[in-house]
Amino acid sequence: MKRLGLIVNPVAGIGGRVGLKGSDGREIVVRALALGAVREAPHRAQRALERLARIKDELEIVTCPGEMGADEARACGFAPDVLEGVVGGTPWEQSLPDGVPPTTAADTEAAARAMLAAGIDLLLFAGGDGTARDIFNAVGDRLPSLGVPAGVKIHSAVFATTPAAAGDLTALYLHDRPVAIRLREAEVMDIDEQAFRDGRVSAQLYGYLSVPYERTLVQSAKAGGVAGDALALADIARDVVNGMRQRVLYLLGPGTTTRAIAEKLGLPKTLLGVDAIRDRRLVGTDLSERQALEFVGKNDVTRIVVTVIGGQGHIFGRGNQQLSAAVIRAAGLVNVIVVATQTKLLSLEGRPLLVDTGDDDLDAQLAGYAKVVTGLNERTMYKVAGEGG
Amino acid sequence: MSASAHGSETPKDKVGRLARLRREGGALHDYRAPHWDEPLIMEMGTPGERGVLVPLAEPDVTAAIGAAADYIPEGMARAAAPDLPEISQHQALRHYLRLSQMTLGMDLGSDISEGTCTMKYSPKLHEELIRGHKAADLHPLQDESTMQGLLEIVYACGEYLKTISGMDAITLQPGGGSHAVYTNACVMREYFAARGELPQRNEMITTIFSHPCDAATPMVAGFKVITVMPDENGYPDLEAVKAAVSEKTAGCMITNPEDTGIYNPRIDEYVKVIHDAGGLCFTDQANANGILGVARARDAGFDACHFNLHKTFSSPHGCEGPATGAYLVSDTLAPYLPVPLVTKVGENYHLDYDRPQSIGRVRGFLGNWMGVIRAYAWIRNLGADGLREVAEISVLNNNYLDNLLMAIRGVSRPYAEGHRRLDQVRYSLETLKQETGVGTEDVRGRMIDFGIQSFWMSHHPWVVPEPFTPEPCETYSKADLDEWAAVIKKVSDEAYADAASVKSAPHSSSIARMKRLEALEQPDQWAFTWRAYQRKIKEKR
Repeated sequence: MKRLGLIVNPVAGIGGRVGLKGSDGREIVVRALALGAVREAPHRAQRALERLARIKDELEIVTCPGEMGADEARACGFAPDVLEGVVGGTPWEQSLPDGVPPTTAADTEAAARAMLAAGIDLLLFAGGDGTARDIFNAVGDRLPSLGVPAGVKIHSAVFATTPAAAGDLTALYLHDRPVAIRLREAEVMDIDEQAFRDGRVSAQLYGYLSVPYERTLVQSAKAGGVAGDALALADIARDVVNGMRQRVLYLLGPGTTTRAIAEKLGLPKTLLGVDAIRDRRLVGTDLSERQALEFVGKNDVTRIVVTVIGGQGHIFGRGNQQLSAAVIRAAGLVNVIVVATQTKLLSLEGRPLLVDTGDDDLDAQLAGYAKVVTGLNERTMYKVAGEGG
Repeated sequence: MSASAHGSETPKDKVGRLARLRREGGALHDYRAPHWDEPLIMEMGTPGERGVLVPLAEPDVTAAIGAAADYIPEGMARAAAPDLPEISQHQALRHYLRLSQMTLGMDLGSDISEGTCTMKYSPKLHEELIRGHKAADLHPLQDESTMQGLLEIVYACGEYLKTISGMDAITLQPGGGSHAVYTNACVMREYFAARGELPQRNEMITTIFSHPCDAATPMVAGFKVITVMPDENGYPDLEAVKAAVSEKTAGCMITNPEDTGIYNPRIDEYVKVIHDAGGLCFTDQANANGILGVARARDAGFDACHFNLHKTFSSPHGCEGPATGAYLVSDTLAPYLPVPLVTKVGENYHLDYDRPQSIGRVRGFLGNWMGVIRAYAWIRNLGADGLREVAEISVLNNNYLDNLLMAIRGVSRPYAEGHRRLDQVRYSLETLKQETGVGTEDVRGRMIDFGIQSFWMSHHPWVVPEPFTPEPCETYSKADLDEWAAVIKKVSDEAYADAASVKSAPHSSSIARMKRLEALEQPDQWAFTWRAYQRKIKEKR
């Protein structure tokens, strides 16, 4: 019998409808509830679990007490294995206003760690970017995880498109067609909520969770054989490496696609940072904006290689702020290379790629069409929209 | 319609009920596929068993000319006997008949499901033409003077296709649609090489909704490929095409209508953008059913195009007959066509090899001329008016089916709201999947239970989520269309009522769903031959 871990962040999304742009921190939760916010995450978690009802006899749910999972699981007809004594008991518990759940981010992390220890096949969590971060902090990519979108901020790529889709994917992975589902590294992003409330977006790339995804295997086989993202990444890397010139500096932005380029050269790559490569050698790692600018200043030609970060389609301004407007201007717009698998572009469902460098003029110049490197000798014309202003 | 629901009705009542349903639209077949638990042919037979006993040569013959084996050239004789199954004629016949019974063959059901493929009825008379001795006894090495009849047919068929497309020259040598498209990539490459522009012009533009071969074949021919995504209306993004062209542009290879079924009425503007950049334009007309006698590639400014004589021109598609790709070009590209071309001088037909700028052969002899004979017969039978009627009925059928399908819960038609499609439509079952968990692959599995070929979903990648693409071309009747739509409606209803039963379908087919789909992507698990199968099994152990 497969074991599904379930963690519901009961306050995820609570700040959204009342305009608080997030739900991080106990104070915000209290304010949101005072403003009349309704808790939506439990309901959304149930929407996902309802899709698993048909296989409930072949699935064991391991979860936390109360609203952190057990209530939702029971409401959907499951008899969950509840991890007692792992969560709750935080110092705030005594003095909370009515309706504020006595759980915090620390409880999410503790629960995820307990599930890792208990042994589960998939961790399904309902929440937002903050919850994804908590999961990442606790288990990294050691557990297959999947997010049920229930938060205000959904910048991470670890969430299914809808709660029902999360349920369906879980059923496929654990029951219907386990071998047809692959795991991929998906970005965990989060923005600074306080800055967001002040009108600034400061998104950071925190890391990657190992997330199942469904591919249409019959199709890709018909299309000519061994497809898969791994092959697409290798092709993209080959294309970029083939195009590399002597005495040109290459600034590789964060991400798994750019990591593939470094791997092709046999070089290590800072997954979440910006590295510099020149003449096939690593000349700088995890650069700050200032260091990046210094590198650009010391080289005649600098090319910036970036990929799509997160689920929203950003190529600048989220998770790669080191590659700032000043760095891009210094290198020159013609020297920006965008790389992404076609799968990733299609997952945007027609939405444009986004740039948000904080420099409206530069955003406008970057807008238009990017010739995205999508394979070896393959480009895809893809729309880019500026987010500035 | 389950068997149990009508368990008590008499055969006569059943006939009446089905006839009534058919008149009203929506009779469903209660199909039961035969199932034979057949071993592989290589695992059958008994040592020493034979199908045909070949008589030994008579002693006088052997004395006069020696043993037959002596005539086998050195190095070609096997050292050991081939490892073939030893089996009688009857056993072999029975084996293959059983396998064929387990197949829902194209003449058994309707192939409305096969969008982007134009599966249509192929008149059986055509088979008489190509299997008769006049055609079947021809030898590919015969002198051209002794096969004037075949050359006349190839030449005349080419003339018709030139008229249909508006192009100036043709070859019928390619052995399939993608082969014709590849021929185009080679011809364009040769054109730019002759002009000394090749190293510079190495980028080919295509669109995501064109057939994948429009990207794959230029890549094989050495071009870089730039893919254009659709705009919000489902047309290729014209602004993206403008942003893509440069002094590196060799040309474009695109489909119209695209896989979505949306015809691009401004196609000449796209052609102009490419031409202004110095590139050439090819249109992939594998699916020409909606435009025969209505729109011509040359009139839209294209420099080259192709047709599939299988698909559009009725020659059987896929395993039932080798394919034939007709590749047509303007005068500008004619010098580069493959050799030989069939020409007419006076009353005689010739194979013209004297074409110094040709890209050379793309296939042996005359290619698959059986497809040419079928297409020739089909065109002659229909005439110009008939060809246009094919297009009109195809579009009419598609619109009729569209009205039925769009009324079904869970079905949507992305892009170009309010615009009619031409001969096919790419629909989405995304809503059905979101609301019931039943996706397009699940629906495919259930369709077979009603004796209907599973639908074609989409080329890769899936731009439209949970896609399916029916194409009800001119050979299907109203009753066929009603039945097809009724099957989709039935499965949709089932999905909302009992999703699990759809997800576990098919229930009455000869085989259930393939269990290990992932093996399709793992070359170490493929075996196209018995020898490979044995080797891989052994490696696994």
